[in-house]
Parts: sequence; C-alpha cells; structure tokens
Amino acid sequence: MSTNGLPAKFSAWNLFRRGLTGESWPPVWRSHDLEGSYDVVVIGAGVHGLATAYYLAKNHGINRVAVLDKGYVGGGGSGRNTAIVRSNYLTAEGVQFYDRSVKLYQSLAVDLNFNVMFSRRGHLTLAHNDGSLRTMRWRAEVNKLQGIDSEVIGPDEIKALVPEMDTSTSARYPILGALYHPPGGIVRHDAVNWGYARAADARGVHIHQNTEVIDIETSGDRVTAVKTNRGSIATPVVVNCTAGWATTIADMVGVRLPIITHPLQAAVTEPVKFFLHAVVVSGSLHVYVSQTERGELVFGASVDPYASYSMRGSLEFTEELAGHVLELIPSISKMRLLRQWAGLCDMTPDYSPIMGFTAVGGFLVDVGWGTYGFKAGPVAGEAMAEAIATNKTPEIISSFGLDRFQSGQLVGEKGAASVGH
Amino acid sequence: MITVPCPWCGPRNSADLRYVGESRPRPQPNATTREEWRTYLYIRNNPAGWTTETWYCRAGCRRYFVVERHTVTNEIRASRPHRRQLESENS
Repeated sequence: MSTNGLPAKFSAWNLFRRGLTGESWPPVWRSHDLEGSYDVVVIGAGVHGLATAYYLAKNHGINRVAVLDKGYVGGGGSGRNTAIVRSNYLTAEGVQFYDRSVKLYQSLAVDLNFNVMFSRRGHLTLAHNDGSLRTMRWRAEVNKLQGIDSEVIGPDEIKALVPEMDTSTSARYPILGALYHPPGGIVRHDAVNWGYARAADARGVHIHQNTEVIDIETSGDRVTAVKTNRGSIATPVVVNCTAGWATTIADMVGVRLPIITHPLQAAVTEPVKFFLHAVVVSGSLHVYVSQTERGELVFGASVDPYASYSMRGSLEFTEELAGHVLELIPSISKMRLLRQWAGLCDMTPDYSPIMGFTAVGGFLVDVGWGTYGFKAGPVAGEAMAEAIATNKTPEIISSFGLDRFQSGQLVGEKGAASVGH
Repeated sequence: MITVPCPWCGPRNSADLRYVGESRPRPQPNATTREEWRTYLYIRNNPAGWTTETWYCRAGCRRYFVVERHTVTNEIRASRPHRRQLESENS
C-alpha cells in the first residue's frame, strides 16, 4: 500500500521492481458481496457514476457507496463516445461548467494515478455558411468573456493547422472559417472509466457489475431501498447516472423526465501514421474527426433521427459519414473502416443536462447528457458529490435543475452541443 | 436506419420519412394551465418497449400516420393513418 491509499501505485519504480520479481499486479478493482445497506447507491458504472462515487469518497469522506451497473464498467456511453473534451459552449453557464471539466481532465492522470492519455489538440468547428459563421462569432465572444481561449479563424489559418483539409472555394460546401479552441483535445475514454473505478475502489467504494436495478422503494416521499437482481439494498440516497436508460430508472420513483433516447453512431478506421493534430468538427456536414494516439481516425456523426434503445449500426450511416469526411479530407479515400458501433444519447429539449435533486427525497439525477456526457464526467461527478454531501445544489449546476422545464428557464445549447441536430 | 410502413405508400426507408415523435394528447391551448402545457411540450414517456408514435411521409405521399414500434428491437406491429390527417382530408 502506498501513502495515498491506492493499492500497487503505478510508477516507474513499481514497474521496474515487478519486472524483476515477476510479482503480478492486483486487480484494478475488486468484486464484493452486495451489502444490505449503503449510504449512497449510484446507478450506472460509467464515467458519471464512477466519478460521483470517487469524489464522494475523496472530497467528502463518504465511502459507504455502491455503484451498480446491469452490465460492466464503462459499457454504455462512457465506452462508446468519441472522447473529445472542450469548453467552447454557447451559454455562460455551459462554458463555466465545461471549462471546470477540461481543467479536471488536464490533471486527472496525476489525481487518479492512471494514465488517461489526455492530449491537447486544438479543436476546430468549421463553418460552411454565413449562419454558422455568425454562431461561431457568437460563441467566440461568449467564450472570451468567460476567459476561454477561443477565436474565429479563416481558411488560410485552418489550412496551416490541418494541411490535408480541402479549404478551396471549389469544394461542395466551401469552408468559410472556423471556431478555433486551442485547449480542446481528446482523452482515452476507457482509461477514464478504469481510472475512476480503480481510485474509487481504493477508497472503499463497492463496484457491483452485472447488478440490475429492478425497482426503487420509497416511503412517504423519500427513497428507502433499491431492489436488484442480487438482492435488496437499504439506502437514503440514490443517484441516477444511467444516460440513455435514465427514463427507465426515473419511472421507478415516478419522476418524469423531458428525455428522448436516440442512438448515435460512430466508427474508426485502421491505424495510420500520425497526421491529424487537431480535432475537426463540421456541423453542416454532420461529422467530427480526430486521430487517436494509436493512429486510428475516430468519426462521429449526429444522432439517428428517431427515438430508439437499439444499438445497431446502419449502412446509411457509414455511407453518409464516409462521403462527408472525404469532402473535408479527400486524401484519406483509400483508408478502410475497422468497425462501427452505436451508443445511446439521452437528449433534452435544450441540449443541456439535468442535474440535482428531484421531487422525491434522496433521488438525484445526473442525466440528459445527450451527446456531451463524456466531456463533462469529472465536473458532473464533483458537483453531484457536493450536492449529496451538503444537501444543497452547488452553484455550478444551479441552472441545470429539472424544475427549469416548468419555470421555462431553459439553457439553450443547441448551437454548441454537437453536430447538426 | 429502419424500414417503416406508410399506410399509403407501403414500406419506406426511415430516411424518406420524418420522425415526429411520441403520440400524446395535446391540451386545448386556450383552456390549459402553464404546467399542463409545459408538460405536453417537454415531458416524454420514452419507454424501452412498445410505443405509439407519429411519422410523416416526407418523400412520398406527404401524409401523417401512426406507428406502434418496439424501441428496443425496432419491430413494428401496426401502422395506420393519423386521425387528424383523415379529419383534414375529409373536411
């Protein structure tokens, strides 16, 4: 045991020592029997659920916490996203919130003692028409007022950053400019899940995989217990971090959500030599592209245009995606796709999340993450942990309450949330 | 993408259609409370199972119809003309 409580700290010395002695590494996180009661039960072992548990234990000393998942750690949206982080949003509330997340990501590897492969790349959101160029200028001004490095650049500067990009005026959708956000980048999403799981486990959190929540019991207007396929757990606090499945959990306590579940598809190519430094996004062409540290190009698109819980891919998606990517970067036409997949997005009417307390005592939500959940994982976990520990809504998430859909104070992020909804 | 049967045009690729959304009763705008109206606007059942929803035959007959679809398997068990579509055609 090392001094920070983590078992078998990852370090050059430990790697060297175990290399010589042949001593094996312990499991990254442990399995436990389900206990009869916990102080907090988090449903969903993705980046949001695990981060919430981790910050509960680390920042607030609450470690009698169970994280339940009907599948495995990081098997939902947390392992299916395209791993982009950025903070160049459209509203002041959004910018402040995601900026905190970018800052947490920058130091996450040290904090968790787990290499999450954060890579600062610079993030380009392309504008192909006057309307989107105007939105880019709007976003740049909002960002600058919040102290975020973000500016509108022209085709020549784009060409200097990404020489492979077709910035000619003869393109089908000529590039007029872009919102350039230097702090944006990518992270290895699996490493973030595993890192949080390991660090939470080391602080006493119990992670229960293959544990499906069947029902949530209430007494009066308070949560009292969670029924699972492995038995019942008494608990005063339940946190719903189940993204695409958020409605199915909220239904158990009668909390109604303004959420529609849509699949979102993504794909990767075979790995090639590193050439694409920036993260490139085009709202008009419904596509985003980045190159991983392994050399694969990761492509994402907009959500499928109908509600569904099905995670099957489609040929139309691949065709459309390939066509649009080649309009931006024609030189990669010989590359082959390795695989494609889909994840579920819990879309809200204003493209902002729903976080905090609900009308049912002890039932908190951290849902409505749509297409931007991964980049918010650390700050969402930190804020939800603070809400649980202090029983008050933290300032940074005060605009994202469920009650805003009754008061009408929506936080419109459609222009900055992702691509082409 | 999925194949959705239009009652008039037969099976169509969903790309030819527009997904309107979950069917839900619309309150009378002149005789409703703010809460009821906002619930109608924003709140959805979003079930993981059978749901009744409205589609629009965008690239075909340009008419509205109602579909019963399973959101996990995308299986469709019924498709019929939308009541208001028929009302507007018969008026």
